[in-house]
Amino acid sequence: MPSAEVNREAGHPSPRKGRDMETIEPIIREHPFFQGIKSDYIKLILGCASNVRFNQGEFLLREGEEAHQFFVLRHGKVAVQLYVPGRGPIVIQTLDEGEVLGWSWLISPYQARFDVQAIELTRAIAFDGKCLRAKCEEDHDFGYELMKRFSTIMVKRLEAARVQLLDVYGKDTGKTNPDQR
Amino acid sequence: MAKTPERQIQTRDSSVEPMQPVPFRVERVKRETYDTFTQQLIPMNGKGRFPFAAGQFNMLYVFGVGEVPISISGDPGDAGKLVHTIREVGIVTRALRKLARGEVLGVRGPFGGCWPLEEAAGNDLVIMAGGIGLAPLRPVLYQVFSQREKFGKVFLLYGARTPGDLLYKRELEKWRVRADLEVHVTVDQAAGGWQGNVGVVTTLLSKAHFDPINTLAMICGPEVMMRFAILELRNRGLGPQTIHISMERNMKCGIGLCGHCQFGPHFICKDGPIFRVDRIQDLFAKREI
Repeated sequence: MPSAEVNREAGHPSPRKGRDMETIEPIIREHPFFQGIKSDYIKLILGCASNVRFNQGEFLLREGEEAHQFFVLRHGKVAVQLYVPGRGPIVIQTLDEGEVLGWSWLISPYQARFDVQAIELTRAIAFDGKCLRAKCEEDHDFGYELMKRFSTIMVKRLEAARVQLLDVYGKDTGKTNPDQR
Repeated sequence: MAKTPERQIQTRDSSVEPMQPVPFRVERVKRETYDTFTQQLIPMNGKGRFPFAAGQFNMLYVFGVGEVPISISGDPGDAGKLVHTIREVGIVTRALRKLARGEVLGVRGPFGGCWPLEEAAGNDLVIMAGGIGLAPLRPVLYQVFSQREKFGKVFLLYGARTPGDLLYKRELEKWRVRADLEVHVTVDQAAGGWQGNVGVVTTLLSKAHFDPINTLAMICGPEVMMRFAILELRNRGLGPQTIHISMERNMKCGIGLCGHCQFGPHFICKDGPIFRVDRIQDLFAKREI
C-alpha cells in the first residue's frame, strides 16, 4: 500500500487535515491546471484534497480497480503502464512534477484502465473523485469547469498517443530513398 | 529558381570540383545502436583538414554501390576529423557499414547552409532532436560548448523510439551533468525498468523553462515530429522566424543542379537543408510537395 502522509480517502479526516489544507491551497491556486478557476470552486476542490507520498515501485492506480482519485504530481515520476502477457509491463507514458494524472474517476464506469507506478519517490496531491463527483452533480457549473480542464489534458494525451502510433522513428518512413539521412 | 542558402557558408575548398569525390580512408567505426554507427574519416592525401559548419552534409560514395547524403556529426572546431553518424536503412548505408578501418570511400562536400548560431547568440537556445536527427545537431552542441558564454539557457530535448535507439549514450550522460546545459530525453516506448521519460519528444517542452521572446529553436527529426514540435513551440510563444528546421529530400548532386531535392521553389541541398520556419511553413501543408 502507498505510504499516504494523510488518509487519502474522503470522509476520513486525518489529524493533519488542517495543516494539509494550508500547504495544499497555495499549490492548487498557483497550479496551471486550476488557473483562473473561481475561489469558491477552489474551496470545493480543497475539501477533497490531501497530500500523498508513494515510494519507488508503489502503485498509484491499478488496472481494473475503482478509479476514485486523480493526482497533481508535486515531485517524482510515475509510469503509466500496461501489463502485456509474455512481455511484462510496457510503459506508455511517464508523468512528473507539475502534471495531472488520472481522469477515470470522472468518466463512467470509474475504473482505472492502466497501472500507474512510481518509478521514483513521488509526492502528490490526491483528489478524492467520489467527493468531487458529488460536488459536480450538485453544481453543474463546477462540473463543467472541471470537465473543460480535463478534456484539454485528454486531447493532449490522445494527440501524443496518436503520434506515438505513427512510429515516426521507425525504418518504414515512406521515403523514396531510404538511404537519406 | 536558384536561391542563396539562408546562411551561406564558405567551407568548401573552391579548388575542388564539387562533383568529384575526394578519397577518404575509414579511420574508426563505432557502433551506436543496433542499426546506427559513427564513422570517422581522414583524407587519403594526408592533408588532414576538412572545415565545415554545423548543419552541413556530405555526399558519401561507396565505389560501385552508390552515393548518399549524410550530415556531418563531428566537431566543427576539429576539422582534422570528418565524422558521420549513419543509420543502416538502404543499399548504400549498409555498404558504408561494411567498410572496415583502412578502406576507402569518396566524399563530396560539405554542402548546404548551417544552423544559425550567430543569430542565436544572446538568446536561450532550444535544440530539439528526434531519432537520427541528433546527429546534425551534435555539431551545434560542440560549438555552443566552445563559446558557452555567448548563449543564455541551452536545452537539449531528445526523443528516440526506444532506450536501445538512443544515440551517443556516453556523451548524453556527460551532457546531463553539465551545469550549463539542460538535457531531457524521452522514448516513444519502453519496457518496465526504464527509469527515464516515455512519451513523444514534444512533451519535453513543458520541462524547459525558457524566455520565448528571446529564444531560438533548432529542430531536426522526422518531418511529422518537426510539424508537431513547431506547433508546440508556437504555443509556447516562439515566432516562426525564430524556429529553424533541417529538411530532407532525395538529394543527389548536392549543388542544386539535378532538381531531385526540389521543395517548392527551394532546393534542399543548396538552399537548405536548414530553413527558417516562416520561409517554408506554407509548403509544409502542401501534400503534393
